[in-house]
Amino acid sequence: MIRFDHVTKKYKTNIGLDDVSVSIEKGDFVFLVGPSGAGKSTFIKLILKEINADGGDIYVGDFHVNSLSNRTIPKFRRKIGIVFQDFRLLHKKTVYENVAFAMEVLHKPHRLIRKQVPQILSLVGISDKAHKYPDELSAGEQQRVAIARAIVNNPAVLIADEPTGNLDPDTAWEIMDLLDQINLRGTTIVMVTHAKDIVDRMKKRVIAIEKGHIVRDEKGAYGYNLEEVE
Amino acid sequence: MFGSISYSLKQGIIQLFRNKGMAAASIFSILAMLLILGMVFVISVNVNMFTEVVKQDYDQVEVFLLDKTTQEEAEVLMTKLTAHEGVKAVEYRSKEKALEILKDRWGESGYLLDSLGRNPLPASIMISVDSLDKASEVADFAGTLKGIDDIQFYKETVEKLTKITNFLQASAVVIMAFLVFISVIVVSNTVKLTVHARQREIRIMRYVGATNWFIRGPFIVEGIVMGVISALLATGFIMFIYNKLIEAVGSQILAIVSTPLISVEYLTINMGIIFLALGTAIGVWGSIVSMRRFLSA
Ligand SMILES: Nc1ncnc2c1ncn2[C@@H]1O[C@H](COP(=O)(O)OP(=O)(O)OP(=O)(O)O)[C@@H](O)[C@H]1O
Ligand SMILES: [Mg+2]
Repeated sequence: MIRFDHVTKKYKTNIGLDDVSVSIEKGDFVFLVGPSGAGKSTFIKLILKEINADGGDIYVGDFHVNSLSNRTIPKFRRKIGIVFQDFRLLHKKTVYENVAFAMEVLHKPHRLIRKQVPQILSLVGISDKAHKYPDELSAGEQQRVAIARAIVNNPAVLIADEPTGNLDPDTAWEIMDLLDQINLRGTTIVMVTHAKDIVDRMKKRVIAIEKGHIVRDEKGAYGYNLEEVE
Repeated sequence: MFGSISYSLKQGIIQLFRNKGMAAASIFSILAMLLILGMVFVISVNVNMFTEVVKQDYDQVEVFLLDKTTQEEAEVLMTKLTAHEGVKAVEYRSKEKALEILKDRWGESGYLLDSLGRNPLPASIMISVDSLDKASEVADFAGTLKGIDDIQFYKETVEKLTKITNFLQASAVVIMAFLVFISVIVVSNTVKLTVHARQREIRIMRYVGATNWFIRGPFIVEGIVMGVISALLATGFIMFIYNKLIEAVGSQILAIVSTPLISVEYLTINMGIIFLALGTAIGVWGSIVSMRRFLSA
C-alpha cells in the first residue's frame, strides 16, 4: 500500500529522512514512533507530497508520489484520509458541513451526502453535535469530527500525526478504539505517536525512527532505542 | 460542472454572511472608489456635452467669393469642396441672401440697408466640417482655389476651445486611471486580509483534496456579489445626488451656458453598466490575485 524505496529528505541543515526503505501492506495498522526531531512528520509529509523527497521513490496505492504534478495532487489526496493533532477543522463550518465538505470536494451528489454524513457522524459517535461549530466542542469531539471527515470518502489509507496528542488519556483511548474499528473495516492506518501506553497495549506493528533512520520495525511495544527494550 | 457552480454559489453566499465584517469593509472600499469615480464621470460627461454643443456653433468655415465669380464657377468650387475630406456639407449663400441675413441680424435698424443702392456684400459658400480639428485644414485648402476673396473661420476661438477640451478630457482620463489604480490597491489589500484570515481554511481544504478552482469558486462568487452590491449602492447614491443637483441648479446652468445637463436616465444606465462591470471585475480580480500566493502548491 505504501512503499518507501531508499528515500532521502534533507532540510538545509537538518536530516529529515536518510535512505529509508519500508513497506506497509494493505490493512496494516502501523505506529510510527521516535524521539522529537526523528523524522516522523517528515515521513508523513512525504506520503502526502506536502514536501518532495531529495532521492528515492515513494509509492502509495497506484500512485508514484514523486512524479505527481501539482494538478494531480488533489486527486491523490482524496484517496488518503488525514488526521492531525490539532484537528484542523474549518471553524466557519458546522460539524455536518465539515464532513460534507470532504464529499463536496469529490463532487458527490447531494442525495448521497445527506445520506452518508449522518451515518459517519453516528459511527464516530457525535450525531447529536452535527449542527454545532468546532469551537463549541471538546477536544475529543473535535478529533472525532476530524476522523469522520477523514474516512467519509472511504480512503484506502488513514494517516494520523499524533491524533491523541491533545487529548486526556480516557478520550485518547476512545479515539484509539475508533481507529481500531476503522482498521477492522480494511483501512490501512499509519499513526505517529509519543504515547507509550497506547503503543504497548495495542500490540500493532511499530516502526521506530531515529535521526532519519529506521532503527526498529516489529510487532509489539514502544521503545525506539534498542537499549530501552528489555 | 453545474454541481460545482451551484456549490460555489451557495458557499460563496454563506461565506459572505459569516464574514460580515470583512464583506462590509470590502464593499465599503469598492463603494468609495466607485463614488469618486462616479463624480469624475458625471463632471466629464457634462463637460463633454457642453463642448460638443459649443463646437457645433464653430464648425463652419465661410468662403467669400469675388464679385466676378459666376454662379457656375461657384458650383465648381462647391463640388471641389464637397469632395474634400472632412467636409460635411456646403451651402451657397448669394449676395441677396447675405443681405437678408444681415438685415435679420440688425433687426429694427434693418431698414437702413434698404437705402443702399448697390449690395456691398459678397456671395459666399458656407462649409460645415465634420469636426473642429478639420476646420483649419479645410480653410487652407479653400485658400488654394480660384475665385475666392477671403476666408473666415473662428480659428482662434476654435483652437482655444479644442485645447481646453483636450486638456479636460486628458485630465479626466488621468484622474480616473489614478482612482482605479488606488482603489485596486485598497480593494486587493482588503481581499488579501480576508484571504489571509482564511489561509488556515485554505490549507485544510487542500489537505482534503480540493482543487484550486474548487477553493477559489466561493471566493469568486463572494467577489462578484460584493462588486454587484457596491455597484448598485454607488449607482443609487450618485443618481440621488445628481437628481437633487439638477433640481437645484439645472435651470441656472441651462441659462448660463445654454447647454442642458445630461439626463438622469442616460447617466443611470451608462454609469450602472460601468459600475457593475468595474465592481465585479475588481471583486473577482481581488479574489484571484490575492489567493494566488496561498494556492501555489
Ligand atoms: N521545514 C523544515 N526546515 C528545516 N528543518 C526541518 C523542517 N521540518 C523539519 N525539519 C527538521 O527535520 C528533522 C525531522 O523533523 P520532523 O518534523 O520530521 O520530526 P518529528 O519526528 O515529527 O518530531 P516531533 O516528534 O517533535 O514532531 C528535525 O531535525 C527538524 O528540525
Ligand atoms: Mg512531528
